Amino acid sequence: MAGPRAGKKSMANGSGGQNTSSKQSLTEAFDKDLYDGNNGVEKYAGYNMSIAANEDEEMQDAGELNGRRLVGQYTASKDMLNEFAHGDTAEDDILQSREQQAQIASRETGYQRRRFDRRLSPDRADPFTKDGANGGVAYKDVMKERELEREEVRIKRLLEDREKKGNEVLDHQPTLKDGATVTDGNKTPPMEKKRKRRRWGDEEPTIKKEEEEEKEEEKKVVPVAKKKSRWASSPVPEVKADEPAAAAEPVRSRWDTTALPSSGATPAPATNGARPAAPMTFAFGTDISARNAPLSDEQLDMMLPSVGYKILEPPPGYEPVRRPVGMPALPTGYQGYLVPEADNSLAMMGKQVSTEIPGVGDLQFFKDEDIKYFGKLTDGANENEMTVEELKERKIMRLLLKVKNGTPPMRKTALRQLTDNARQFGPGPLFNQLLPLLMERTLEDQERHLLVKVIDRVLYKLDDLVRPYVHKILVVIEPLLIDQDYYARVEGREIISNLSKAAGLAHMISTMRPDLDHQDEYVRNTTARAFAVVASALGIPALLPFLRAVCRSKKSPNARHTGVKIVQQIPILMGCAILPHLKGLVECIGENLNDEQPKVRMVTALALAALAEAASPYGIESFDDILNPLWTGARRQRGKALASFLKAVGYVIPLMDEEYSNYYTSQIMEIVIREFQSPDEDMKKVVLKVVSQCAGTAGVTPVYLKDSVLPEFFKHFWVRRIALDKRNYRQVVDTTVDLAQKAGVAEIVGRIVNNMKDENEAYRKMTVETIDKVISTLGAHDVDQRLEEQLIDGILVAFQDQTIEDPIVIDGFATIVNALGERTKTYLPQIVATVLARLNNKSATVRQQAADLISRITFVMQKCDEDPQLIKLAQALYEYLGEEYPEVLGSILGALRAIVTVVGLTAMQPPIKDLLPRLTPILRNRHEKVQENTIDLVGRIADRGADYVNPREWMRICFELLDMLKAHKKGIRRAANNTFGYIAKAIGPQDVLATLLGNLRVQERQSRVCTAVAIGIVAETCAPFTVLPAVMNEYRVPELNVQNGILKALSFMFEYIGDMAKDYVYAITPLLEDALIDRDQVHRQTAASVVKHVALGCVGLDCEDAMIHLLNLLWPNLFETSPHVIDRIVEAIEGIRNAVGTPLVMNYVWAGLFHPARKVRHPYWRIYNDAYVQSADAMVPVYPQFEEENLRRHELEIFI
Amino acid sequence: MADKLRAQQQLEALQARYIGIGSADTTKHEWTSNIARDSLSSYIGHPPMLQYMSIGLGQPREKTRVQLLERMIQPVGPPPKVSWDIRRA
Repeated sequence: MAGPRAGKKSMANGSGGQNTSSKQSLTEAFDKDLYDGNNGVEKYAGYNMSIAANEDEEMQDAGELNGRRLVGQYTASKDMLNEFAHGDTAEDDILQSREQQAQIASRETGYQRRRFDRRLSPDRADPFTKDGANGGVAYKDVMKERELEREEVRIKRLLEDREKKGNEVLDHQPTLKDGATVTDGNKTPPMEKKRKRRRWGDEEPTIKKEEEEEKEEEKKVVPVAKKKSRWASSPVPEVKADEPAAAAEPVRSRWDTTALPSSGATPAPATNGARPAAPMTFAFGTDISARNAPLSDEQLDMMLPSVGYKILEPPPGYEPVRRPVGMPALPTGYQGYLVPEADNSLAMMGKQVSTEIPGVGDLQFFKDEDIKYFGKLTDGANENEMTVEELKERKIMRLLLKVKNGTPPMRKTALRQLTDNARQFGPGPLFNQLLPLLMERTLEDQERHLLVKVIDRVLYKLDDLVRPYVHKILVVIEPLLIDQDYYARVEGREIISNLSKAAGLAHMISTMRPDLDHQDEYVRNTTARAFAVVASALGIPALLPFLRAVCRSKKSPNARHTGVKIVQQIPILMGCAILPHLKGLVECIGENLNDEQPKVRMVTALALAALAEAASPYGIESFDDILNPLWTGARRQRGKALASFLKAVGYVIPLMDEEYSNYYTSQIMEIVIREFQSPDEDMKKVVLKVVSQCAGTAGVTPVYLKDSVLPEFFKHFWVRRIALDKRNYRQVVDTTVDLAQKAGVAEIVGRIVNNMKDENEAYRKMTVETIDKVISTLGAHDVDQRLEEQLIDGILVAFQDQTIEDPIVIDGFATIVNALGERTKTYLPQIVATVLARLNNKSATVRQQAADLISRITFVMQKCDEDPQLIKLAQALYEYLGEEYPEVLGSILGALRAIVTVVGLTAMQPPIKDLLPRLTPILRNRHEKVQENTIDLVGRIADRGADYVNPREWMRICFELLDMLKAHKKGIRRAANNTFGYIAKAIGPQDVLATLLGNLRVQERQSRVCTAVAIGIVAETCAPFTVLPAVMNEYRVPELNVQNGILKALSFMFEYIGDMAKDYVYAITPLLEDALIDRDQVHRQTAASVVKHVALGCVGLDCEDAMIHLLNLLWPNLFETSPHVIDRIVEAIEGIRNAVGTPLVMNYVWAGLFHPARKVRHPYWRIYNDAYVQSADAMVPVYPQFEEENLRRHELEIFI
Repeated sequence: MADKLRAQQQLEALQARYIGIGSADTTKHEWTSNIARDSLSSYIGHPPMLQYMSIGLGQPREKTRVQLLERMIQPVGPPPKVSWDIRRA
């Protein structure tokens, strides 16, 4: 990383550019300076350096002739092409670089990226301070400013509209005349009919995802700037000169989003909205201004004859408007081309960016963008000459850098320092540095997390000092609330919740109120979410009066919309915790159901849906007042609004009791069924949801469903097209399953069973999945003979015709077969034949699936008395044990195991004595699936039929098993250990033990630990006395690893044998004595854990003398400081305390509780505390006697 | 450093649940107060013990119980003056 990088020059100073990263680009030439000359002249100047990303849309098709194609061309719609480009179904762009993917901004949707449009607002006044306003902006000013912004947007929109309609500059139409009535001082932009339709009518409607709905508004706000093509981007000079304000902004290409160097004391990142004059690039050949430029004197000399003519002096006062030839019109304020940051001294640093910053230490990384914020630290200024403020600033900067880029231990200490000194630093200097960092475009998840954590900690310390900065913090934190990442959302909520607790409700309201009718929809949306968090933090009742006022605002429909949205977000956030306030919340928004604005009506319906969903199954009485408007409203709405109303209806119905739900369902079902045929995706989604909700209520009868719902439902939703639609597929399957709950298995399955033989594979899979779900929940009792045949026939076709092997079909197959049970008998020969044929297939996945299927259906086959068939399968599988694909081999072993389980070891063919020798070499396979299945099979044989195999074979397996103790998967290691136990039981512990004890000498720790466990298990299964002599003998080996292993094995053994330990206490004590006075601390540690298990094993079994002896040996170890050692020692003492009683051990404790040395007091109090927590009552009789009169416990001296 | 902090946090969490536990900084006054309170609540919590004491004191059990309960307020007298408490500094 360190050191200058050639070729990085041009990139290094473009800090803040979207595509810059701190790593060397692979596509960039290292020797660029060689070939470029690097003399300030761009080699490719004048060429088109970027290819616009959306150019294809504008490009004319080559085959077009006179605007008419000769060949008909069909292509997918743009919606379809972009389906997986963003949103939930987005797929990663594999062409993006790693570090770019890590950046938060790179995976944000356009809507989320609008956070960059917001700027950190100036400090707000805190009216709660002593002097009232402390220099910040007051509430009144903010409201005025918002008003101004709205007015500005309104004017801009009017101008755009006019421009779109044609040049009407000369017409001078009064702007407020066309239709809109602005009489009551309403400052909101007049809604035009046309616009309205566009927004809520035919555009892609969304119900659930607010974000998408918002996107449309975004389109509307900057329609001109977005749609302009690159070709039109160089503005025509005349227009520019006349009305520069109205000129459309050029489309930004990726090249000109470079952030500009900030000049202020606190660096503020360039934001989208406040884009200062960014250097413009002009594509080659697109610049036509040269042709329109005035002719130069030389050109005129050449064109006109020089004799006989005279050049006249211009009249006084005439100033020609001249521009250099060949230069396009420049935006106002343009000061000539500057290489960004070329003259900035910090940029020089960019080249030698290292992770070493003076006074900070070695960082994990240091990105180019960080220079912008932390460059000051590297300027080498003399700190002795600085003021306290400057020093403070640098201190904070250093700490923040450590937190953001440092190693974990650095971060920890820096964070602690920031937290501890937060009040000394003051909120101003802290937030002025912290918040701009969070606005950085190239921020990554980890950095954001850390910075947010800093805010959280600092907030806690600053408490009410934070007030003036509340809005700034909200601007930065609110975007977290709509992040895709769950944890980011949780973090955001926590911060806002803490913020509202620190600042108080009144201040939060006065800060956020102006944003409620902000002209930007993004701001309103995020503010609504933030308000919901405030409600959950400070309680709904506190916020309810304010919400009521906002939702009834006469002045602004936007405020009403946002108010209702807050009410919608509250249940989403708090769930059933809204129940006590449900009535208040519903009343608050009830009237908005009949609002004059369609979008307010819609969001109200959605809010009601959210409330009902959270309240379910309680609270129907709170909804009483809105039932009527909701149902009548649903009849009147169309399109998107109808979808939202239906959604609310769907969520309210399950709350009702039987008769009501029956009545209300019948009222609405007509509309729902009508909307089955809607082509609109979201309407489909809502309708499906409503149907499953209605079907779930008691009031809806099966007959009604069968007669009026099912025919339409299957007609519109069980079509092939749905199976290919990723989004609706799941919903249709779920709804069908829900309908089956009411209508019965036979009814539903009978309708779709034939689809399993459909030619479309996706459709077949969808059918199999549905049948699987229906039958697994409801069983196959009402499936008759005919349907049974169809089912088996269909599933066999679906199974055989798979082109992409999918677990769905196998699952479906297994479910059907298992549900039919003994009724499958007639079909088994056919199934077995199919499976056998497929076991021999050349495709590995087909073989694997066949084997998997066997393991799923053996149980049923056994129930059908088809043992001969099972044997046939087992023999076939035995033949395939030579399989080379590990995945397939694993499945084959699994199938064999399943067969062995049901057939039994005696009846098994091939006989076990042939099968096991084949398994021994397979044990050596390193593949996890193979290992797991073999060990399981071997363990089963060892457990139930060890005598079918001769002991020599078992010993061979023992050796192989030792390797398995190294496996990564815990299940495999555990199975191997258990198998040791079974084998030891079968062939006696001696040989197995010898093998295991030998294995204690190996280097690998995991292997030794597992061996110790295995010894423990062997000791447990074969009784300890058969094992203990050999184990204790092995302890004499003067090798640390072996001795430790023995101790560990003893520890496991005593853990497993429990109170059998009593018989071995005196036998083991000398060994423990020796171990507890060993110089090696790990030795003592392990010995302590043996003591613990022994002691716990013989609680109340009369072994106190041995225990006290061990306690005496243990006690001096109390001063160990290594955490593992001291923990084991303390646990051992606790164990002994339980065995010998608290009072005895307390005698040891009193001595050190008030020892002069803290080092002594500390562990003694630890022991005291443990005793106190576990058995405080037992300590009462043994508390020491005190001399002082007031400390004596006279009651104890009472004697009768 | 980190371990110490963690141990400190654990101790605080434990102390929130069991008020009687102590640390290397516990003073004699705190400890003896806890001892006295634990003893008193133990007498009350074991009815036979309470009965025994009441017989010994020659008064009803309930009266003894209330007496014991009342003694739990500053059972070993008020806390010592701060100047005495050097260990804390």
